[in-house]
Amino acid sequence: MRRLRKNLVVIAGLLTLAYMLLPNVVVMLFSFNRPAGRFNYSWREFSTDAWRDPCGVADLCGSLALSLQIAAWATLGATALGTMIAFALARYRFRARGAINSLIFLPMAMPEVVMAASLLTLFLNMGVQLGFWTILIAHIMFCLSFVVTAVKARVMSMDPRLEEAARDLYAGPVQTFLRVTLPIAAPGIAAGALLAFALSFDDFIITNFNAGSTVTFPMFVWGSAQRGTPVQINVIGTAMFVIAVLVVVAGQVAAGRRKRTDVS
Amino acid sequence: MTLTDTTPAPPAARTRSARKRLVPYWLLLPGVLWLLVFFALPMVYQASTSVQTGTLEQGFRVTWHVATYWEALAEYWPQFVRSLVYAGTATFLCLLLGYPLAYLIAFRAGRWRNLLLVLVVAPFFTSFLIRTLAWKTILADGGALVGALDALHVLDVTNWLGWTQGDRVLATPMAVVCGLTYNFLPFMILPLYTSLERIDGRLHEAAKDLYASPATTFRKVTFPLSMPGVVSGTLLTFIPASGDYVNAELLGSTDTKMVGNVIQSQFLRVLDYPTAAALSFILMAVVLLMVTVYIRRAGTEDLV
Repeated sequence: MRRLRKNLVVIAGLLTLAYMLLPNVVVMLFSFNRPAGRFNYSWREFSTDAWRDPCGVADLCGSLALSLQIAAWATLGATALGTMIAFALARYRFRARGAINSLIFLPMAMPEVVMAASLLTLFLNMGVQLGFWTILIAHIMFCLSFVVTAVKARVMSMDPRLEEAARDLYAGPVQTFLRVTLPIAAPGIAAGALLAFALSFDDFIITNFNAGSTVTFPMFVWGSAQRGTPVQINVIGTAMFVIAVLVVVAGQVAAGRRKRTDVS
Repeated sequence: MTLTDTTPAPPAARTRSARKRLVPYWLLLPGVLWLLVFFALPMVYQASTSVQTGTLEQGFRVTWHVATYWEALAEYWPQFVRSLVYAGTATFLCLLLGYPLAYLIAFRAGRWRNLLLVLVVAPFFTSFLIRTLAWKTILADGGALVGALDALHVLDVTNWLGWTQGDRVLATPMAVVCGLTYNFLPFMILPLYTSLERIDGRLHEAAKDLYASPATTFRKVTFPLSMPGVVSGTLLTFIPASGDYVNAELLGSTDTKMVGNVIQSQFLRVLDYPTAAALSFILMAVVLLMVTVYIRRAGTEDLV
């Protein structure tokens, strides 16, 4: 009983973790289902049909490719613009600093549906054709603040003496930036870029408002919830999960090995 | 300023320092312009749309028809209240469920810490819509979970509270709140973990040395020190949950519609832009107001 009480927090924590992971297990399991009707909600029998033909549903892989493409461009745009802002905020004193900080913070403190709706009113009033470009514009807009936050934290914690040292050793401003500043800021930029990619790839609410008839992967899943959910959706969800976990584990192992060789 | 400076300086140096002073502005320009045009300007357009009248065929014109706001509120206040209640409940549940896990990872995990952190983020690797659809399977009528809840008489209690109906969980408020809680849990756990992890372990020892029981230590030391995480966690959960319409649509019924559902259908299906814009504007105002008051009360101004 005493041991139980001592480990209560461990038990509660693990139960929460189970709650968080249960849907992933269900998604994985049901990628091997052969559903009776159009919806893949109840188990019927084991089958690997969907795994053998992941693109077998019309438009599914097209929407996936589109989402990857948009996420790549949005990451590039948001990371470039966000990194520049982060450097300006972390390194320089200038006027209107408070206003710019608020402008960065507000998109993160706003329900997505509000940003989505207001951006749509802009496009409607301007008569802009909805599609690829309006999605990309929206994604860069809402990813920007997250990149700024990630990069700014890294640049702020950087030791300014490293750059002074570089300059004392006769490195020019460009050389100092490329050889010293950028490599140190790189983990922050990478974290911001990764976050932007994940946010853009999985965004539904803002995309739903500004996509017109263009179908991204989340839009495809949303539509299928009305028309019938093909098993292939689960296959893609599972594949993405497995690939991402493998990448993370590989990264951890590599980092661990590097640390060990550093010590020895 | 430099150009009107009276101290003599070689002209080359003068233009150079002026150029240097402009560096931050050049760095800011593209990104800030992007946010101004695609974030701030749309807010103005939305405000203007909310006071327009007209029809889709003849077009909408600004007529300062402020009554749209009252009409929208009069018609959709139940969805509004529901959004705030659902989002508030989900936020509370996230705190309740997330705190033990964040605590476990910060203080008790040892060498498992990194693995547990990866597992907290891992659900994100599958699209959140697919995962939300999985709840349809988990909460299915006559499924294992609902059967167990029924056998344990949990459903009797939740029926009495009005959270569920009969022997169903799907298409009830409980399903929607469960989905919201599930979807935003990581946003609660990560900031909680960050602030718990920063706590100096020696403070716990000190509390113990001063004869504080574990419960008192938690109440007087750990929890107060984790407040920044609690504040940012609740904000990161409540804000998106209040505007969410995915969970209400996929897991709920017509009786569980939230304000996001109304804005979405007015904008994309009914095409009543003024009402939709007014509702979205009210939601924004309410959320910003609540956030400001909350941050003031919690006393953490520097969140970013």
